Amino acid sequence: MSEPLIELQNVSKHFGPTKALTGVSLAVHPGRILCLLGDNGAGKSTLIKVLSGYHPPSAGQILWEGRETRFSEPREARKLGIATVHQDVGTIPLMSVGRNFFLGAEPVRGRWPFRRFDSGHANRVALEQIRAFGISRVEDGEQLVGTMSGGERQVLAIGRAMYFGARLLILDEPTSALGVKEASFVLKMMTQARAAGAAIVFITHNARHAMSVGDDFAVLIHGEIAARFSRGEKSREEVLNLMAGGDEMAELEEHLEGIH
Amino acid sequence: MRKLIRRPEIGAVAAFLVTYLFFVVMTSGAGFVSADGTAGWLNLAAELGIVAVPVGLLMISGEFDLSIGSTVGMASMILALGTRYFGLPDWSMILLALVAGGGVGLANGLAVVRTGLPSFIVTLAANFIVIGGTMGVSRLIANVTSSSVAVSDPVKWLFAARWDQANIAILWWAAVALVGWWVLSKSPFGSWIYATGGNATAARGAGVPVDRVKIRLFISTGVAAAFVGVIQAVQWNSGNATYGMGYVFQAPIVVVIGGVLLTGGYGTVVGVVFGTALFGVISTGIFYTGWNTDWVQLFLGALLGVAVFANTQIRRLALQGR
Repeated sequence: MSEPLIELQNVSKHFGPTKALTGVSLAVHPGRILCLLGDNGAGKSTLIKVLSGYHPPSAGQILWEGRETRFSEPREARKLGIATVHQDVGTIPLMSVGRNFFLGAEPVRGRWPFRRFDSGHANRVALEQIRAFGISRVEDGEQLVGTMSGGERQVLAIGRAMYFGARLLILDEPTSALGVKEASFVLKMMTQARAAGAAIVFITHNARHAMSVGDDFAVLIHGEIAARFSRGEKSREEVLNLMAGGDEMAELEEHLEGIH
Repeated sequence: MRKLIRRPEIGAVAAFLVTYLFFVVMTSGAGFVSADGTAGWLNLAAELGIVAVPVGLLMISGEFDLSIGSTVGMASMILALGTRYFGLPDWSMILLALVAGGGVGLANGLAVVRTGLPSFIVTLAANFIVIGGTMGVSRLIANVTSSSVAVSDPVKWLFAARWDQANIAILWWAAVALVGWWVLSKSPFGSWIYATGGNATAARGAGVPVDRVKIRLFISTGVAAAFVGVIQAVQWNSGNATYGMGYVFQAPIVVVIGGVLLTGGYGTVVGVVFGTALFGVISTGIFYTGWNTDWVQLFLGALLGVAVFANTQIRRLALQGR
């Protein structure tokens, strides 16, 4: 296996007396998907914020390509190529596809004072990029993002991060608000991003989605890593039980499925 | 058709055309469509329009500015007292008025981004502070709250030249609209304005300096209001602390009629221009019909209600546009 792109060693984070993370160690490798599983309140959001530079860890260290790093602000993390795509806040609905794609990094043409947003270029590139990930329903870069489905927006946000050279993609529940078809679309895109060499952290509480694309798995419970395993080492039932903290979750789920 | 419905200004353009034709028919023979009649409504729209364009941009970024009214009056008093009472050169007083307007905007902007309070309240407070301050200071200095101005001919020409009935303010309005259109639709900063109003968290995540965007826009509304204050002072040859108070709500009204979303993130300068023109047509059109001009307010109120409703529908259609 290649060297890890980013590694957390014994990272803890507390807010006053509240311990959000305790002694978390994990490694994310280029070209691999690390699934971070955990129930609500397990510390997933805090872990994302530590990884993307919003929170410095209270203890422990972060290694980027083997070297110890401290992010004083999210911008530093972004500069290294750490991109976070959130479930709902990635795009701006009443703005065009092209402008969304290049927000914050607008291509320009012409000379000052006539330097202007190059909407032709922006629209063309944005469409090319999302087409490459299989979205063909959007034909016009001027179309408002609000007209796209949740899955398409997610793809736009991930495609955008990849286009701008993201090396570590942190995907926060990218599939949880989506229907089955849309979710599989986004999962497929993740495998494409993996094939392109990105290191991916996939945060989810959906064990099925995680097991369909994941290479490495970590289960977070009450801010601690409760289990760590690789693809094929555990069954879905075992994973569900782990996430629920040992309760016989799988049985319960099967029971519920039986009711339908 | 889908492309057309995506334009936020479509409602304002349609409303303008309908209203204009309505008054053309109702006032036939009374001179509403003559050169003088046209100049009349353009004059009225122009001064409001100079403020409405930056206010529109600010509202697209998700913020209000209700302090523009008193900033107009403040700027007119700075020019009046400076030139008449202290006998200072008119150009430096104009510059001082514009800087003071920008200062009010800067203060508004800083207060809004630092405290996180709604700009509606912050700038409403600023509106009273500025008019009260202007009156108080004017009283202290010269024991007046209005004063005549003393300006040179070039200044008179630049701010108050007149061809038949048409004021030079119409050209200033056109220039401001052109700059506003360029900034919003063509420059990268325009994307930042839309993103700031559309989803500030996502904008910040993409590296847009949201706070700086807002502060810059607050400064631009302040400077624009001061500019109108200078125009009015020169035009009417006097400054008055109460100038511009009508704009406090007229500006946001024409902006919303122009298709800008009250919560930000959506709208165009073309829409704001047509919204302002509509205001001019109604205000002067009523006069030409011979009806009592008291009806103007009723018209405007009804129009605002219809505009908000229609724009909501149009936006829904735009978001369906598949």
